[in-house]
Amino acid sequence: MPIIEAKNLTYTYPSASKPSITDVSLTIEKGEFVILTGPSGCGKTTLCRCFNGLIPHFYSGQLEGELTVAELKVFKHPISEMAQRVGLVFQNPENQLFALSVEKDVAFGLENLGMPRDEMRKRVDWALQTSGIEELRDRAPHELSGGQQQRVAIASVLAMQPEVMVFDEPTSFLDPLGAQKIFEVINDLNKKQGVTVILVEHRLDLASKYADHVVIMDEGKIVLNGKPREIFNSETARLLGVGIPKATLLWQQLRENRIKLEGVPTSSEEAARLLREVLKT
Amino acid sequence: MIEVKDVYFTYPTGVEALKDVSLSIRNGEFLAIMGQNGAGKTTLVKQFNGLLKPTKGEVLVDGVSTRDISVAQLARKVGFVFQNPDHQLFSETVEEEIAFGLRNFGFKESTLKRRVTWALNLLGLAEYRKTSPFMLSGGERKRVALASVLAWNPKVVILDEPTIGQDHRQKEILRQFIVQLNAQGKTVVIVTHDVEFVAECSPRVVLMTQGQIVADGDAKRILTNSDIALRASIVPPQITQIFLDLADLGLPTDIIDVSEAKKTLLEYLEGDNT
Repeated sequence: MPIIEAKNLTYTYPSASKPSITDVSLTIEKGEFVILTGPSGCGKTTLCRCFNGLIPHFYSGQLEGELTVAELKVFKHPISEMAQRVGLVFQNPENQLFALSVEKDVAFGLENLGMPRDEMRKRVDWALQTSGIEELRDRAPHELSGGQQQRVAIASVLAMQPEVMVFDEPTSFLDPLGAQKIFEVINDLNKKQGVTVILVEHRLDLASKYADHVVIMDEGKIVLNGKPREIFNSETARLLGVGIPKATLLWQQLRENRIKLEGVPTSSEEAARLLREVLKT
Repeated sequence: MIEVKDVYFTYPTGVEALKDVSLSIRNGEFLAIMGQNGAGKTTLVKQFNGLLKPTKGEVLVDGVSTRDISVAQLARKVGFVFQNPDHQLFSETVEEEIAFGLRNFGFKESTLKRRVTWALNLLGLAEYRKTSPFMLSGGERKRVALASVLAWNPKVVILDEPTIGQDHRQKEILRQFIVQLNAQGKTVVIVTHDVEFVAECSPRVVLMTQGQIVADGDAKRILTNSDIALRASIVPPQITQIFLDLADLGLPTDIIDVSEAKKTLLEYLEGDNT
């Protein structure tokens, strides 16, 4: 069952001379883990802003086409309603955090929903724990490091337990272990809780093993849309300069030298397994 | 070029961010400072241009202590590009943003124009000359911040997380660009978590955890040592992970990039056939 259906979406920011996304049609199934990538400035963030109604309700401008997210027509439902179904973690955590303590920031969305205090406390604890920032509970978000702030931003969206979560480069400020941990948190949300995940990411080496659907945009349009293996191995992806995982690149280079591995690896574990078979014989 | 001697630094909040750090960076060196979030990397590089002064110990830039010289004077020599471009950008157009530093350093108007155009072209920003930096995407704003510092041609360029928000192609341009700057004799210091980027650049790597330097050496040695790397929350590059996984087959494990990997695998297979 599709949870996001976009048909011919075209959007132009106020005062911009040309559209930021053009004629975007995309179907995302409930429970999918989608990676959305493409060159910087290609319209990824703009598309994400449509999913929870920030476009057109907050950023005015001109939106054409149709968009249904979690059975809500985005044009008809205000951000306050969309936000309960679709959580968005911003690229820059400073744009999202504002409270004087981490705990208050994480509780803010729930307070707005008028959730009972006990339930709210449980949710906040869970969100802090899942994001690995329990010890930061009483700290001021603006005093934290970039990576710590990123986790607070994730926790504050997590607390709302939305059906769809959109992460706009959520690990860009994190060290690799921290990033891996966040990807695993996101993966758990997806696999165990059935949250549909849309992850905007350039660091495909780290992220691609979790995805079952990859969408690549360029100049406001969707240019590739399908399974990770097919996409990373396509000529278009290479020409676009998308950061194809190194494991896939190695596979391609070996193939040029007539060494054939069974299947296209997208992670180091897979590549090692496939190489092992070839090297042993 | 930069000499850090037994430096301690404590923030006014009481957080001790640097504990007895000593580091010597030679003129023309290319250095990557890596380590986990909150390890003190940014605090350390902020000592290099005098934005922060040591609580104890001293930092010498070109032989002069950062205590004896103003940040403005230091900035001419040591250009600093912030992690978050929004901390740096404020002008109404990209062009003005880049011209701002040059104007403050008293460049002639004709030189200024030439330099602005040069910097815009260098970072692929020419089409945004008249655009507000705040209309640009995160990755593009990052490039504007970089262009505005490179424009005045400092001897040392410090880049705090330069690859954040950059796509693959921009990273490749950045890499070539750093290599080029470095070849021209500039000292380049990057603070980064991006192991794949470091694997492709192969600089000297300094690893930090909890306010201290825990390892210092060439990229290959540091990134392929999973014990050292893990202590600093660094995950070895994907290619290295493949080779670590295959170590029992007698393959080397100190491989960090794709072409090296291909060569090693082909040699191994040929060796098998003969």
